[in-house]
Amino acid sequence: MQKMAGSSFPEEVLEHVFSFIQDGKDRNVISLVCKSWYEIERWSRRRVFVGNCYAISPRMVIRRFPEVRSVELKGKPHFADFSLVPDGWGGYVGPWIAAMAAAYPWLEEIRLKRMVVTDEGLELISKSFKNFKVLVLSSCEGFSTVGLAAIAANCRNLRELDLRESEVEDLSGHWLSHFPDNYTSLVSLNISCLTSEVSFSALERLVGRCPNLRTLRLNRAVPLDRLANLLRRAPQLVEFGTGVYASELRPDVFSNLSGAFSGCKELKGLSGFWDAVPVYVPAVYPICSRLTSLNLSYATIQSPDLIKLVSQCQNLQRLWVLDYIEDTGLDALAASCKDLRELRVFPSDPYEAEPNVSLSEQGLVSVSAGCPKLQSVLYFCRQMSNAALRTIARNRPNMTRFRLCIIEPRTPDYVTLQPLDAGFGAIVEHCKDLQRLSLSGLLTDRVFEYIGTFAKKLEMLSVAFAGESDLGLHHVLSGCENLRKLEIRDCPFGDKALLANAAKLETMRSLWMSSCCVSFGACKLLGQKMPRLNVEVIDERGPPDSRPESCHVEKLYIYRTVAGPRFDMPPFVWTMDEDSELRLS
Amino acid sequence: MEGSSRSEVCPQLLDLIPKQGEWIANRDGERRHGLSEEKKLELRLAPPGEDWSVKDNTKTNHRDRDESLFSLAYFSPMASMNHNTSINNNSNGSTVFSSPWSSSAYQGQTQHNHQQTKAPSFLQFPSTPQSLPVMAQEASQPCCTKVVDLQSSEKKTFSPSSAKTAVPNSSQKRTAPAPVVGWPPIRSFRKNLASSSSSKPAPESQNAAPDKTATKKPVETCGKGLFVKINMDGVPIGRKVDLKAYDTYEKLSSAVDELFRGLLAAQRDSCAGGVHQKKQEEEKAITGLLDGSGEYTLVYEDNEGDRMLVGDVPWHMFVSTVKRLRVLKSSELSALTLCSSKQDKVPLDSPMK
Repeated sequence: MQKMAGSSFPEEVLEHVFSFIQDGKDRNVISLVCKSWYEIERWSRRRVFVGNCYAISPRMVIRRFPEVRSVELKGKPHFADFSLVPDGWGGYVGPWIAAMAAAYPWLEEIRLKRMVVTDEGLELISKSFKNFKVLVLSSCEGFSTVGLAAIAANCRNLRELDLRESEVEDLSGHWLSHFPDNYTSLVSLNISCLTSEVSFSALERLVGRCPNLRTLRLNRAVPLDRLANLLRRAPQLVEFGTGVYASELRPDVFSNLSGAFSGCKELKGLSGFWDAVPVYVPAVYPICSRLTSLNLSYATIQSPDLIKLVSQCQNLQRLWVLDYIEDTGLDALAASCKDLRELRVFPSDPYEAEPNVSLSEQGLVSVSAGCPKLQSVLYFCRQMSNAALRTIARNRPNMTRFRLCIIEPRTPDYVTLQPLDAGFGAIVEHCKDLQRLSLSGLLTDRVFEYIGTFAKKLEMLSVAFAGESDLGLHHVLSGCENLRKLEIRDCPFGDKALLANAAKLETMRSLWMSSCCVSFGACKLLGQKMPRLNVEVIDERGPPDSRPESCHVEKLYIYRTVAGPRFDMPPFVWTMDEDSELRLS
Repeated sequence: MEGSSRSEVCPQLLDLIPKQGEWIANRDGERRHGLSEEKKLELRLAPPGEDWSVKDNTKTNHRDRDESLFSLAYFSPMASMNHNTSINNNSNGSTVFSSPWSSSAYQGQTQHNHQQTKAPSFLQFPSTPQSLPVMAQEASQPCCTKVVDLQSSEKKTFSPSSAKTAVPNSSQKRTAPAPVVGWPPIRSFRKNLASSSSSKPAPESQNAAPDKTATKKPVETCGKGLFVKINMDGVPIGRKVDLKAYDTYEKLSSAVDELFRGLLAAQRDSCAGGVHQKKQEEEKAITGLLDGSGEYTLVYEDNEGDRMLVGDVPWHMFVSTVKRLRVLKSSELSALTLCSSKQDKVPLDSPMK
C-alpha cells in the first residue's frame, strides 16, 4: 500500500472513490487535480468515449488508459447519413481493433457509430476478447453476415448485439445458427437493418434458450404470423420490434398475436411495424397503457388508426411516427400522452411538392402545449410560421433538442412571408438549455445573431440553405460558447468568418461546410496556421490546386486532433497540413 | 477536453476582426461603428428588396474598409463575400441547388436534374439587376463563370416580391422540386415508404389550392427512385444510381459511363503522380459494358447474393432483383464465378468488400 508524502489518502481509497464516477467529463476534471490523481484516474478508467476517431490515435488512448473495458468510437461526420460524404472517406475501425486486440485482452464492449467495419475486424474482435459482451454497430458499414457469424460463434459471453441502421452485406441468414447450443447469455439483439431472412428456426431456438433476453428487434423479413411464437418464448421482453406487420386478417392469427402480446408483462417499447395494416394494430391494444416507447416510423397507417392507438398510450414517453398522424393525431397525442418527452415526425412523401397529408405547424404547437415534459423534437413539415415557433418556445422552455425540417428549402413564414428568424430566435431565447438545434426555412443573418446571443448551452447546430453573409457564421462561432459540432450546407458563408474565428475551431469537435463559399486559399491558410486542426478538403473535381485559390471548395471538414493529419484519406480528400505537398509555388 | 480561452490559443494575426467591431450589430440602434454615414448593414426583417439594396451598398463600403485590415495576402475575401450575396440571390433562383460550381462535381442525379431547373420556388431576393455589375467583375475567374450563366438564364424567372404577397399558399407556385443531394435530411432506409403503402389518402391541403386534384400528380422518377450502390474497379469512390431513371440496359450503361468516366481519369492522373497538372489525359469513354467487348463489364448482385452479368434477364426482372452494381475489369471476369439466368446459381466464395 503506497502512502504519498503528505496527508493524502492512500491510492486504494481514491480509486474506490473514483469508481463511483463514470462520466468521462468528470473523470477528465479529476485527472487535472494533481499528478497522483491523474495516475490513479488513468489506471482506473474503464470506459473511453472518442467522439471523433481521428482526434486521437489508438496508441495514445491505450498509453494513457491501460485498463479499459469499454470503448465507444464515432467516425464519419453526421452529414454522411444524408449521402453528403462520398464512399471511401474513411472512418476505418480496423487500426483500433488491431491495437486493442493487443492491449485490452479484457475488453468487454465496443460501440461504433458511422464507422467502416470489416468481416476481418469482426473476426478479430470475436477471437481477441475472451470476455466480450457488447457490440453495437450504429450506422456502420463494410461488413457482411460472415463477420456476424464469427461473432456468434466465438463470443461465448456476448450479451448485446445491436446492428442498428447499419448496412450489412446480407449473404445468408444462417449466421444466426452459429450461436452454439449452449449459448444462453443473450440480453439484447437488434437485427432490424438486415434485409434478408434469418434462419427462423435458429432464431426461435436462440430466443427460447436465453432467459435474460430483454430486447429483440426483428427485421422486416420476419412475417407477422411468426411473432406470437417468439413472444411466447420470451415473455420477459422489455423491448420488441416486429417484422413486416401485414398479413391477411385471420382471426386465429390475430387472437394468437394479441394473446402473446398480453403475455409480455414487462413490454414497454415497440418498434418495427413495417407496412402495418390497420386490422392488426389492435393486437397491441392490451399493452398500450404500459408502453413508454413507440416507433411507428415505418407504419404506413393513417391518422384515424394512429389516433386510436396513441390515445391508449397514456404512459408514452417517446413517439416516432410518420406524418400520416396529421394535426388531428397530434392533437390526440397532446391530449392523451402527458408524459411525452420525445417526438419525431418523419415525412411519408418527402419528394412531392404538394403535401400529401394534413400535417402543419399546428400539430407541433398542440403537442408543445399539451405535453409539459416535451424536450426533444424532430419535425418534418411543409409550412411554419414565426408565430407558431414563438408559441412553441413559450410553451416549452424546457426544450433541449429542437430539429425542424421544413421540406422545401428557404420556405418563409407562410402567413407573413417573412424569414423565420424571429421564430427561431424565440426558440433560443426561451429554451435556455437547448443543446441541439437544426434550422430550416428562410433565414437571414439575423437568426444567427439570435443564436449567438442566446444559445449559450448549444452544442450542436445544423444549418442548410440559410444566411446571407459571413456575419451569420461569425455570430455563431463567436457567440455559442458550448458549441461542439457545427454542420453547414449550402450557405453563403466564406473565408472571413472562418479565419476570424480560427481559434474557436480548436474548442469544437468538428465543423462541416459543404457547398458554401470557402476558398481553397483560406483552407490552406487555416491548415498551415492551426497545427492542432485537421483541415480536410473533400473535392471530387480533382486536386484543389488545379483551380485558382479563390475557387470554393466543395466540402470542408475541420476537426481538432492530437494525432496529426490522417494517412488513410481517399484520393478526393486533401489535408491542408503545413507539410502538405499542395502549396502554391 | 475543456474549452480553452480562444484568445490565448489562436495566433493573433488571424483574429483580425475585433470582437466589438463593425461586425456586431448593436441590438438597440442597429448601427455599426466606424462606417460611413451611409446606410449601414441593417439586420432587420424589412421587405427583401429593400434589404438587398442596402446590403449591396454596404458591402462595397465594407470591402474598402476591411481590405486594409487583412495583413495576410491571401485571396481577397471580399470578392468571395460579394459572391456570397450574389450567389444567394441566384441560388434562390436556382431553387434548391448547391452553389453552382459544385454542381459540376455532382454526377448522376444532381447533374441531370440541374438541367431541369424550372421556376424557382421562392424568390425572396429579386434584386438581380443590382448585383449583376458586381458579378461581372468576378467573371474572370474560371470557376465562377457558371454563376454568371446561371444568373442570366434565371433572370427572366425573377418576379418582384410584391407579387408574392398575393400568394396565400406558397406551395401553389411550386412545381415538383428537383431533388437536391441529401435533402430533405432523411436516412436512405426511410425513403420510399409512401410508395410501398397501398392505402394512401387523397392529398388534403389545409390551404385549398385552386388547382388541387384528387389524385396524385405524376411523380418525377427521381422522387421515388430505386437507388443502388455502384462501385468500379480502381475507383474508391462508390456512387449510387437511380434505376427508376432508366428503362433499358443501354441507358444504364451510358449512365455508368457518365458517372465514372471522369473519376476514372482523375484516378489515373493521381496514380500517375500528375497531381499538380491539370488533367492531361483525355477522358476515355467506358464502353462495351454489356457485351464483354470493353475494358470493363457491368455485373450486379441480386437479392440472393449471387453475382450476375447485367443484361441477361428482362429489364423489369433485373430491377426487381438487383441489390448492387459493380463495374469490373473484363480481364478479371474469368477468375470469378458468374451466373447467368440460364444456369444454376453458384454463389461466389467470398464477398468483395
